[in-house]
Amino acid sequence: MIYFDNSATTKVAPSVLETYQKVSEQIWGNPSSLHNFGEQADHLLEQSRQQIADLLGVNLSEILFTSGGTEGDNWVVKGTAMEKRAFGRHIITSSVEHPAVHNSMEQLAQLGYEITYLPVDEEGRVSAADVAAAIRPDTILVSVMAVNNEVGSIQPLLEIADVLKDKPTIHFHIDAVQGIGKGIPELIFNDRVDFITFSGHKFHAPRGIGFIYARAGKRLAPLMTGGGQERNLRSGTENLPAIAGMARALRLMLENESDNVANERAVRQRILDHVKDFPKVTLFSQPNDHFAPHILCFAIEGVRGETIVHAFEDHDIYISTTSACSSKKHLASSTLTAMKVPEQVSTSAVRVSLDENNTLAEADTFNDVFDQLYEQFKKINS
Amino acid sequence: MKYDEIMVRYGELSTKGKNRKSFIDRLGSNVRNVLHDYPEVKVHPDHDRMHLVLNGSDSDGVMARLQNVFGIENYSPSVKVDLEQSAVDAKAIELLTEQYQPGMTFKIDTRRSNHHFGLSTYEMNDHVGGVILQAFDDIHVQMKHPDVTLRVEVRNNGIFLSSHTFDGAMGMPVGTAGKGMMMLSGGIDSPVAAYLAMKRGVQVEMVHFFSPPYTSQQALDKAMELTGKLTAYTGKIRFIQVPFTKIQEEVKEKVPEGYLMTVQRRMMLRLTVALAEQRHGLGIFNGESLGQVASQTMESMLAINDVTAMPILRPLVSMDKNEIIDIAKKIDTFDLSVLPFEDCCTIFAPPAPKTRPNLERTREFEKRIDVDGLVAEALAGVKMTEIKPGETFLNQQEDVFAELL
Repeated sequence: MIYFDNSATTKVAPSVLETYQKVSEQIWGNPSSLHNFGEQADHLLEQSRQQIADLLGVNLSEILFTSGGTEGDNWVVKGTAMEKRAFGRHIITSSVEHPAVHNSMEQLAQLGYEITYLPVDEEGRVSAADVAAAIRPDTILVSVMAVNNEVGSIQPLLEIADVLKDKPTIHFHIDAVQGIGKGIPELIFNDRVDFITFSGHKFHAPRGIGFIYARAGKRLAPLMTGGGQERNLRSGTENLPAIAGMARALRLMLENESDNVANERAVRQRILDHVKDFPKVTLFSQPNDHFAPHILCFAIEGVRGETIVHAFEDHDIYISTTSACSSKKHLASSTLTAMKVPEQVSTSAVRVSLDENNTLAEADTFNDVFDQLYEQFKKINS
Repeated sequence: MKYDEIMVRYGELSTKGKNRKSFIDRLGSNVRNVLHDYPEVKVHPDHDRMHLVLNGSDSDGVMARLQNVFGIENYSPSVKVDLEQSAVDAKAIELLTEQYQPGMTFKIDTRRSNHHFGLSTYEMNDHVGGVILQAFDDIHVQMKHPDVTLRVEVRNNGIFLSSHTFDGAMGMPVGTAGKGMMMLSGGIDSPVAAYLAMKRGVQVEMVHFFSPPYTSQQALDKAMELTGKLTAYTGKIRFIQVPFTKIQEEVKEKVPEGYLMTVQRRMMLRLTVALAEQRHGLGIFNGESLGQVASQTMESMLAINDVTAMPILRPLVSMDKNEIIDIAKKIDTFDLSVLPFEDCCTIFAPPAPKTRPNLERTREFEKRIDVDGLVAEALAGVKMTEIKPGETFLNQQEDVFAELL
């Protein structure tokens, strides 16, 4: 099996699973319990938090655990709206955000918030000038993803942070679900980035766990109220086995980040170089530094994306139409639509997304299968 | 910059006459204690200054430890070059390059113990100063309060240059003032009081009262963890835990509520005095600050102090709470101190303790309990441990957990 759908989810690393199991078996007390058994769980919780904070170079108190990327995005968007509603109701975001951000915005729009969706260029990137032009006195949040989940473009985060430098009251949120561990120089914890969302299962941790970075001093209304966990900001008994597993997974990934990225980039390049010369292929991800190393999106004109996915599947190769979340709805990719790709092309798009375990040999196999399928598709496509 | 030596200048002890030698020896052994895990560093406590020969170990790590040792006025990391003028000139430029800012001022300060080498003291100052003026565009000589003093020390085994001087912790070497027993509860105040006692040269031993099951294991662990933090200043500290459950139960049962706290404190003090006598302590330290709580009024102090003639020293007596908290944060005990574990001072605190207990009545009420028997029994159950730097008690599974993460 060749798994090229790592932006949908990744395989849990064996040692992470071991951690998950050991914690579930041995340290299953409730971190909030007074007794020593619970106290041990609390120590492990805080040690996990410390490790994540150290790996990212931030403070212990700036890491807050969530159930994953969707919760993180919902929390920052709606939590900001609730926290800052007295100061304004205008939010700026891009037109290529993940539905977790986009649909949170839509929900807020129904409640009377105004949302500005910034356009993107042919690479799927917003411009910092557009952000600057959209800012109003009542703007409370700018939310932009680090790496687009469908085509892999990297947003100009540093330039946007620069635009927001003298606007300290506007929350700046980055959805980094696809961006962590991919050698993205724009994804840094500088003093103008307030919130960043992460999801564990995109880097070999289990499902149902994630975290946000919330810069010290920046306030967010809680969405989950209850027993007061996570400094009363996110209630709910902590998912300790997954948290410890995620701390380990993050370490494993970041320890080898540069090697991983070099490998992913090489594998992606091998596929890209092969497919780009076929006349009916349109590339949406470019081999330049505006794109993450692990995502390649392209279309074979005249063939529906799902047809291509299933055709590869017959050869035990797993790719996806654009994003996993929308792939079963037979909709044109929202990112490609925003990039002004005509619908007959965008419905033919597929995404190859890599992780550090993919190899050049797998890329060669993929390329061979691609040749076969391309020939086959000619029959329906002439 | 890779440094070869750290030169340490002594604090107040330079003025201490006949005791000088024993002070220097003590400081030397305290420095060796805090550097116990740097075996390659050689410590030479000479009569006017101390030299630490690094032998390749990490100077930043060593200096971070020195930062906490009392009795040090300041210290300078230095680089060794061969006895050659050209080597001195080149290294002087290299050192200044690290610190150079346009418009800065400097002076050269030469000392020579090797009088056979080349230039005289004045000639060296003049020559190296000239070299620096040539090498940098916008730099000026200034004798009084220059931005950088570049020290050049000519010795028989080489020439040592340094351009940074860091302030030390001041105070007196721990141990030079004798031994004292510290009543350590685990709150914010007592670790600060212990720190201040150590700063004046006292070798403290921690006395901690614990009352299971009314106080938890975590409260005891916390007191030990706090002691561990304070070992940064001395190398190791003796921790004495005294069982206090029986006494608290007896007092609670037999003494009127308003006097519970006063009588309990008298019992604690008696036990601490007994331990001091056993262990050749010269006094007792606590974290009391006047007027802070019921037991810390002048009347209370009189009623409690009544049980002994041994000096009770209160380093925090006139400090405000926020001054104490500032020090607790500086010495990194604050976050530990505020962990919410019940200690033996809070567990039986009556709703309305007497803030002005009457001495005569205190003595009368105390006759209701068997003072000597209870003291003897508690002393028989005392447990002593030696706490070393880096030991951890609150989360002993840290290493086990690290394997999981």
